[in-house]
Amino acid sequence: MAAKKSGSHLSKNVLQMKFMQRSVLRLEKEQNEEDKQKVIDDEHWVLDLPDYQIKESKYLKDQSYVICEQLQFGRQSFLGCNPEIEKLMQAHKLEQELKVSDEKEKQNSVSDQDMAQRYSSLMGIIAKKFSKKRQRNDEANDDESGEPRSKSFMKPSDD
Amino acid sequence: MEKHIGCLVMPGDVLDCIKPVEENKKVILGPGLIEDGNFIKISKPGILKFRQPGVYWIDCHQKRYVPAKNDSVIGIITQKPGDIFRVDIGGSELASLSYLSFEGATKRNRPDVKIGDIVYAKLLVANKDMEPELVCIDSHGRSSGMGVIRKGGFLFHCHINLARKLLNPECVVLKQLGRRFKFEIAVGINGRVWVKANNEIQTIAMANAVMASELMNNVQIETMCKKLSKVSSGIDED
Repeated sequence: MAAKKSGSHLSKNVLQMKFMQRSVLRLEKEQNEEDKQKVIDDEHWVLDLPDYQIKESKYLKDQSYVICEQLQFGRQSFLGCNPEIEKLMQAHKLEQELKVSDEKEKQNSVSDQDMAQRYSSLMGIIAKKFSKKRQRNDEANDDESGEPRSKSFMKPSDD
Repeated sequence: MEKHIGCLVMPGDVLDCIKPVEENKKVILGPGLIEDGNFIKISKPGILKFRQPGVYWIDCHQKRYVPAKNDSVIGIITQKPGDIFRVDIGGSELASLSYLSFEGATKRNRPDVKIGDIVYAKLLVANKDMEPELVCIDSHGRSSGMGVIRKGGFLFHCHINLARKLLNPECVVLKQLGRRFKFEIAVGINGRVWVKANNEIQTIAMANAVMASELMNNVQIETMCKKLSKVSSGIDED
């Protein structure tokens, strides 16, 4: 900043000297950039279009037949021709069975949401029970005293 | 929607009732279905299939393989320029296979792969506009059945339908043959099948049985396998 200030005060004659050529170039560059900025601000065009929104597709496209038809793994071996591949086949089979049983379990068991709902309602019932009892007690007390009990802290008497 | 499922559809047909079952779940569109604005259009002639929970695809007769991601294919090494192999997988373009994507391969320890070898590999990149890319390892770095297939055997090409049929869990060809014969098979979704049995005669028999099963139903396949095992036991006795 200090250099800029001093530069602006330098006379023409000084700037023409050989050793000042670098700072002259720098000053020119700064001037140019400022001008450019002004031009861009004035002439910056904006397309008058509504905001372009990328719609998320509902579809997963270009899937292979393997996924669509649930095809098996392509390398197979029978009656011990290639024990390595047979091991792999066994593993694939196990995986498949696990998947199927998992799905079955999901269908049979209660879903998380159902569970939460059930529990929330159950909690309500239990809470009601408790509140009723207390209310009952409260009501009895109220009848005795004849005035509504204040909920503020009551200091115990010093006996 | 139900009226279209299991029916013949032609390219250009519009399906406007494919919708997700639940709001936050996506519909899977398989081969032959393309999204065009709000509609789904058909790009292959065939039978529209549906599977729960929301998978749609077209089952059609096809010889030309179109690479799709995660397909396991059988490829033939055709070129070896530098760090990659060019592999013919039957698609419109040769696929590339890096020499580092084999089990146990490092920069120093190159896998022993020659031109003409067949590899069982998985498609890592399969894009309409890009060269397909293969790998011979899974995400854990293990081969899991992929890699170069050696030890002889016989490779033949078939329709892509047959390859899919062989791997379909409901099809009994491989199970029935496997109960009676000792053999090994590698089926690539790209319509290439490699078989190997004890000797050449049995290998050819297996290949013929597999090829013959293309248009058979499960009952016919069973009878064919029974006949085959009878005949082959006769050969062994002689």
